[in-house]
Amino acid sequence: MPPELTGVLQKLFRFKGGVKPDTNKAPSVQDPIGQAPLPARLYVPLHQSIGGAPNPLVQPGEQVRKGQLIGSADRWVSSAVHAPTSGTVLAVEEHVAAHPSGLPTLSVVIEPDGRDEWIDRVPVDHRSLPPERVRELLRDAGVVGLGGAVFPSHAKLTAAKAVPVEHLVINGAECEPFMTCDDVLMRERAEEIVRGSAIFRDLLAARQVLIGIEDNKPEAVAAMREAVDRLGEDYEVVAVPTRYPAGGAKQLIRVLTGKEVPASKRSTELGVQCFNVATAYTAYRALAHGEPVISRIVTLTGNVEHPRNWEVRLGTPMHDLVALGGPKADTGSYLMGGPMMGFEIPDLAAPVVKATNCVIAGSPTLFPPSPPEMPCIRCGACAEVCPHELQPFELYWFARARNFGKTQEYYLFDCIECGCCSYVCPSHIPLVQYFRFAKSEIWAREREKQAAEAAKERFELRNAREEREQAEKAERLAKAAAARTSERKAAPMPADAVPVVADAAANPLAPSPEVAALASDAEAIKKATIVAAMERARAQREAVRPRNTERLSAEQEKEIAAIEARRRALQPDAERADAASTPPRTAE
Amino acid sequence: MTHFTTPPYVLGQASVQRVMLQVLLALLPGIAAYVWLVGACIVLQLAIATLAALAGEALMLRLRGRPLRLFLSDGSAIVTAWLIALTFPPLAPWWLIVVGALFAIVVAKQLYGGLGQNPFNPAMIAFAVCIVSFPALMSQWPVLGLKLSLGEQIEIIAGLAQRIDVMSGATPLDSLKTALKLGEGAVDVPTLLATQDVFGNFAGRGWEWVSGGYLLGGLWLWRRKVINWHAPLGFLAGLSLLAGTLWGWNPQQFANPLFHLFSGGAMLGAFFIVTDPVSGCTTPRGKLIFGFCAGVLAYIIRVFGGYPDGVAFAVLLMNLCVPLIDMYTQPPIFGMKDAQ
Repeated sequence: MPPELTGVLQKLFRFKGGVKPDTNKAPSVQDPIGQAPLPARLYVPLHQSIGGAPNPLVQPGEQVRKGQLIGSADRWVSSAVHAPTSGTVLAVEEHVAAHPSGLPTLSVVIEPDGRDEWIDRVPVDHRSLPPERVRELLRDAGVVGLGGAVFPSHAKLTAAKAVPVEHLVINGAECEPFMTCDDVLMRERAEEIVRGSAIFRDLLAARQVLIGIEDNKPEAVAAMREAVDRLGEDYEVVAVPTRYPAGGAKQLIRVLTGKEVPASKRSTELGVQCFNVATAYTAYRALAHGEPVISRIVTLTGNVEHPRNWEVRLGTPMHDLVALGGPKADTGSYLMGGPMMGFEIPDLAAPVVKATNCVIAGSPTLFPPSPPEMPCIRCGACAEVCPHELQPFELYWFARARNFGKTQEYYLFDCIECGCCSYVCPSHIPLVQYFRFAKSEIWAREREKQAAEAAKERFELRNAREEREQAEKAERLAKAAAARTSERKAAPMPADAVPVVADAAANPLAPSPEVAALASDAEAIKKATIVAAMERARAQREAVRPRNTERLSAEQEKEIAAIEARRRALQPDAERADAASTPPRTAE
Repeated sequence: MTHFTTPPYVLGQASVQRVMLQVLLALLPGIAAYVWLVGACIVLQLAIATLAALAGEALMLRLRGRPLRLFLSDGSAIVTAWLIALTFPPLAPWWLIVVGALFAIVVAKQLYGGLGQNPFNPAMIAFAVCIVSFPALMSQWPVLGLKLSLGEQIEIIAGLAQRIDVMSGATPLDSLKTALKLGEGAVDVPTLLATQDVFGNFAGRGWEWVSGGYLLGGLWLWRRKVINWHAPLGFLAGLSLLAGTLWGWNPQQFANPLFHLFSGGAMLGAFFIVTDPVSGCTTPRGKLIFGFCAGVLAYIIRVFGGYPDGVAFAVLLMNLCVPLIDMYTQPPIFGMKDAQ
């Protein structure tokens, strides 16, 4: 787009680095957004956002309606999940996830009844509600960042203390090659995006709204400008130069406002916040129409006969989706996300989720296998294209040498894994993989360290308690013995009697008659023994407490409950009471 | 869907082979001028050096159990070989070139771990080793205007003909230094440059065109973004600054900066040697410092030292400082510029 179309008053900044891969966006924008048909089964994962995993609210056999809550947010940074259509819940079980690992995740399996019956939708006006309530509504409507990061949006809608929000950036840059879901959404549903942005603006009390769109999408820029004018808003719609990763939140913030958000800070601390256009759209639908997030726009492109954008219900299996495009004969693999940051879908049984912005059919000609990795020649090309101005080759050497402390000194955690470095590396080194490896190793070590520290603390506490108990016991025994001797020796050795009497006087509970002293002595020993035994038993129970129980499937939970029940039946009454008093473990 | 792949799934055009190929292409204008100046023997020397370097590389790769085809085709050994052939005397005996090429590849490169691992520039190591070991042979440059047929040149290189006296000339840099030393203050630089046949318009006769060829190739490399401007500019600035200062102070005893820029290995060094990514600095400021210091050192060695030119030793000395310079010139990262 020529510069006269970019905002005349809007000064643009530059971010360093970046690359210009072939965009390949044209094929998928020829047709308008299509409505993907209802699949035979929907597999809706409960965990579709950053943060907590929602708990299932439905049982197998239950009837659900379109938009019905099936998984509720379990904490603040978590987001609700809803039934994408009406039908019957067949199961709540593990199903392969849309994740590079291909590991299963707890999902609600729904058989649609074809009626597609909505729940009672309650539209609200966000201006008439307290901001806290609006955030809750957004959380319960499952509104998360649809750019791909799926961070719960309500958790980003609080301004930092003492820093007013100067700019609200609405991200329509969409810099990943092949991907056009935001482009078509802006072309076709610009008004909803603008209205959704107003919700975010009001919650953050943002002074100015900036909508950034890469200048290779002139139709989207025009549509958004038209909608902004029609609704009488004062937003700036800015065409930004096309250069990957201009759509990265931090890069777009830099380009539009000149502010650089380091990894150590939240953008609100610098008075700016950023949301994707599709997120603004769903926020508007959630509040103004009472429709939770049950579908999203997915670009289906690449090696298919009919590349196009589809509005797809969440939970639709990938093979149902890709069938709509007609994959060509030599299609070998499918990517979710763009070619720069996406991943290969390990199993097409995996469902479309909130993070699924694009599915690309790949062929050996479209995505040729990477040439063999050569040694680094220190050319520094990676450093020149790094949008965070890191020294990727230094990070690579340190990661390779497992010198993880050094990787952190060279700001490993500022890396956004955009892949620019790998893209330009003449030695074809998969740099991003090395950085992910280093990050995961550091996280693992951190976890181990924390676990070890907790164990050490427990151990020291126990030692301290045992010492204290022993000391107390010894003291009691000594006192009792002293009392006895004083009784016995009271007459022949009167000199000694004074302190003992004083001692006895100071302790009104100290028994004075000899018999009582003997009895209490035996009692004390017995009590101490019982306490020690109970403590040992508790320590043993602690020791055999199963590990790796953070995320259990429903089946595993059931199994554990059954085992516990059997064990309780076998245990004596006293233990049973004890076991009953310990709270049951939850799948937290 | 069983093969393991990693993002990004699209890659740019860059490859080590492509980088090296462009460096070789960029050397061609300089080589053409060189051939015009001294004859086709240069091509023969390039071929000998290439063969020796590839043979040494193949042998070492085999011993080290590395893939032969991948590393032989990356072009890095050929670049080293060509730099050796272009810095050694054009009529040097074949075995001298072979010794240089083998030492560069086997010792300076492969024994340190091969491509990307050598702390010193292999071609400069070869030059330094040979000028120290064979000072006479390394100082025999063809007398200007010596017209030998290709056949005679081949005979000399092959060691079949007597190494005749007319060949034992010197480079313009060396001539100037020797004349100044012999003259003991009785001669001055402007007169020497104007009267002696070995000097041309502003530097050595003919040599100025060879240097011009390297400059042209270097600028093309910069345009193609194979190299960036920091190291070459630093080198040329360091050399000119010192040359300019001394020339300004005493133009009778010191040659002007232009003479120094277009003499000896200055242009080749600026665009093809201090830009070597493997043995050079990696940060922009580091490259500038590396180039500048190499330029200053090269001037000091070529003017005050005992060798005809100082580029090789200057670069090797600076190679030693690379880790230190890199460590202290790490640029601030995105979002952290205020903190630094």
